[in-house]
Amino acid sequence: MNSLIRDSLDHCVKCTICETYCPVSQVTPLFPGPKYIGPQAERYRGAGPPADSSVDYCSGCGICTQVCPHDVKIAEINSRARAKLWEKRGVPLRNQMIARPTVIGRLGTPVAPLANWALHNRAVRGLVQSVVGIHRDAPMPSFAGRTFQSRARRHRGPAGAPAVVYFHGCGTNYYEPLVGEMVVAVLEHNGFRVIVPPQDCCGLPLQSNGNFPAARTYVRRLVDRLVPHARAGLPIVSNSTSCGLMLKREAHEILGIEDDDLKLVSESMYDLCEFLLHLHDRGELRTDFMSLPMTVPYHAPCQQRGHGIGKPALDLLALVPDLHMIELDVDCCGIAGTYGLKKEKYEISMAVGERLFKEVTATGSDLAACDSETCRWQITHGTGVKSVHPIELLYRAYGLDRRTRAGSVSPELQTARVSG
Amino acid sequence: MSYDTVVVGAGLAGLTAALRLSERGQRVLVVARGVGATHLAPATVDVLGYLGDTQVASPAASVPVLISSSPNHPYAHVPAEQLETSLEWFCTKTAALGYAGNLDENLLLPTALGVPKPSALAPRSMSGGDLRAGGRFVFVGLKGFKDFHPTLIADNLNHARLPNPIEARALELVPPSSRRGDLSGRVIAGGFDTEDLIDWLAGALEDRVDPDERIGVPAVLGLRSGDATWQELEKRLQRKVFEVATLPPSVPGIRLSDVLSSALRTAGARIVLGVRAVGARAKGGRIEAVEVVNATGTVSYPVSSVVLASGGFASGGLELDSFGATRETVFGLPLIGLPNTDRVRFAPHYFDAQPLATAGVATDDQLRPVDASGSPVYENLHAAGAILGGATPWKEKSGTGTSVATGYAAAEAILTPAPTPVSEAVR
Repeated sequence: MNSLIRDSLDHCVKCTICETYCPVSQVTPLFPGPKYIGPQAERYRGAGPPADSSVDYCSGCGICTQVCPHDVKIAEINSRARAKLWEKRGVPLRNQMIARPTVIGRLGTPVAPLANWALHNRAVRGLVQSVVGIHRDAPMPSFAGRTFQSRARRHRGPAGAPAVVYFHGCGTNYYEPLVGEMVVAVLEHNGFRVIVPPQDCCGLPLQSNGNFPAARTYVRRLVDRLVPHARAGLPIVSNSTSCGLMLKREAHEILGIEDDDLKLVSESMYDLCEFLLHLHDRGELRTDFMSLPMTVPYHAPCQQRGHGIGKPALDLLALVPDLHMIELDVDCCGIAGTYGLKKEKYEISMAVGERLFKEVTATGSDLAACDSETCRWQITHGTGVKSVHPIELLYRAYGLDRRTRAGSVSPELQTARVSG
Repeated sequence: MSYDTVVVGAGLAGLTAALRLSERGQRVLVVARGVGATHLAPATVDVLGYLGDTQVASPAASVPVLISSSPNHPYAHVPAEQLETSLEWFCTKTAALGYAGNLDENLLLPTALGVPKPSALAPRSMSGGDLRAGGRFVFVGLKGFKDFHPTLIADNLNHARLPNPIEARALELVPPSSRRGDLSGRVIAGGFDTEDLIDWLAGALEDRVDPDERIGVPAVLGLRSGDATWQELEKRLQRKVFEVATLPPSVPGIRLSDVLSSALRTAGARIVLGVRAVGARAKGGRIEAVEVVNATGTVSYPVSSVVLASGGFASGGLELDSFGATRETVFGLPLIGLPNTDRVRFAPHYFDAQPLATAGVATDDQLRPVDASGSPVYENLHAAGAILGGATPWKEKSGTGTSVATGYAAAEAILTPAPTPVSEAVR
């Protein structure tokens, strides 16, 4: 696999299509573009690290690989080059920190009120920017105080029903446990018993920050947790599109992990909306939706597109009476996981997101939908518009907010007139 | 999710077929390895530019001649009236780009190398470069922009054989300092979309162009604002201005792809890039599902019809392996135009008649790929664009015309199937 990825550069005909799509090189000369840094420069890099740090300005959105008509693994080549760069130079402390969401989550959760105060305090953030290098204005979520895992442990689901395994990711666990409860509620509403195995980070942030050895350790640990279920033939669903993609493809293609267990987990992995749409295709999805008379813009994040599954969220939400979704046509919001948090990249990330922000704002809606958590935080940061996972709309349309423990959905959703 | 039609390929042929089908109410899925050749081509619609070595003045008059001499040509399988209908339809769908021209006479537009090229249709921001009437031209370059060389264009045009004499010269402008050294067309176009680059360009040209000169600028006047910027520039300068396609990437091509893709999304179609159609599940001579490889593995999309618009060799729709075997990469369809030898040799000169030049699939009159006996391989599989054999698009200058005409005709064949199955041999 390692050599297959690298050798794909020989398929590059220098058509420059990737360059026309790269959201980063369009807004900054610091990144010379995916073709230049990727298939072109890789030829000369050989086994060594890149000559300069321009590859570190690649946000890793992966759009170059998606649009390449010749199957050149441009983003993957660049991701590996970045890892070589940091292998040589040593990954900076800041990048080591922000790439470990479980560590941050475990530290922040018990002291959530204090941590949240600090995360949103101008003076503290100014200090953090100058000492650590995290931009003072970068969007930060709030610690929920109680993890999704701890809530899930107390939850008693229906017994005996067909089972589905839920990989919730760190965002849901530490910051958005309500989203996790909605996922569980919607799956249970559709007759599933939801298994929530203990789980850790998927290693994606470490991978995009160039620490491959640590990323591999996380992937393996997670795969060990999930593989017994995959062996039992159970589907695994995730509402975090980027973490799901990590297990589906990137751990193999970028980290180069050759492992039967990983392969089994990959094949059992479904994006949440993909899974629900499959149910619908088989006539097994409940469609007792209430009317949701709203117009909501939807952004399919770059990592969602990487799944190659179309836009199942839109297909599902089309089933909800009176709900009008507007499909936005922007490739990337700019945040790219931890990219937009960094002091030197924040402005780039906001410039990349500008077009999306404008499109969201132009719809006049006070609510947007998007599958990926960091992208939602970025959209809200760039527009002031509350952003939700599509599952929140489904949850609401099923009327589950009035029936289950997860309770309140976003205020913007509650104001939607209810009928049916 | 089940779809009425899966279209394989997101180039001009695929997008055309998909849009025609979805506007007529079909649920359409477009799957492609990446974006199509639209991003490399100048966005003109070239129906027929050359018959042999003779330049074609009127495609309407010459296409029938081409068909009679090349009975396997894709145009031979497009119903006569549909060539014109498809172009009219295309102009309506791309109204935002304002295509000018018609089937009766070719425009003669300068390429990035200063070659006069015959095209039936061109966006109105480009059609003003028509060289047929002759006259004075100035070609404007931007310092640091490596994909457009005004001196090359002017020199070549001054030496070109043209119906009327022209006088061309080059002019190089230095872009504002905010624009960096290594410029791409896409980045400059973005500048016209978001900044006041038009003020700079209009100001820089005002005193440096004679009143009777037509002004050729690189086709970078904006990605979304291209047509508006062009109109504004003509108004401000009170001169005829036209865009000339640059070396790739092609900003007009991206505009075209964007306009068609956005119309597709509005019509409810789904476009999935970065995936690979690898085959079909068939039963009783019909494709029941198209198999597509995505991030996890192979998934099946149940379908009623399929349009194969995967392109030719350059786009990976056809493949020649190192043993000399040629194959159609998605469904393994039978091919025509292959040399009668196992070891394919290439003619020594690039522009010679190459042994694989006309390779591709043969079809019936519903654009369904056929086998050697002339029977459709699958009842519900249609093909469009560069995958079709029997043509030499780069010599004929017929590539984009073929894509629009066959993309449209394939859609029509799906929407209104012929009353009885066609079983006679290929025409």
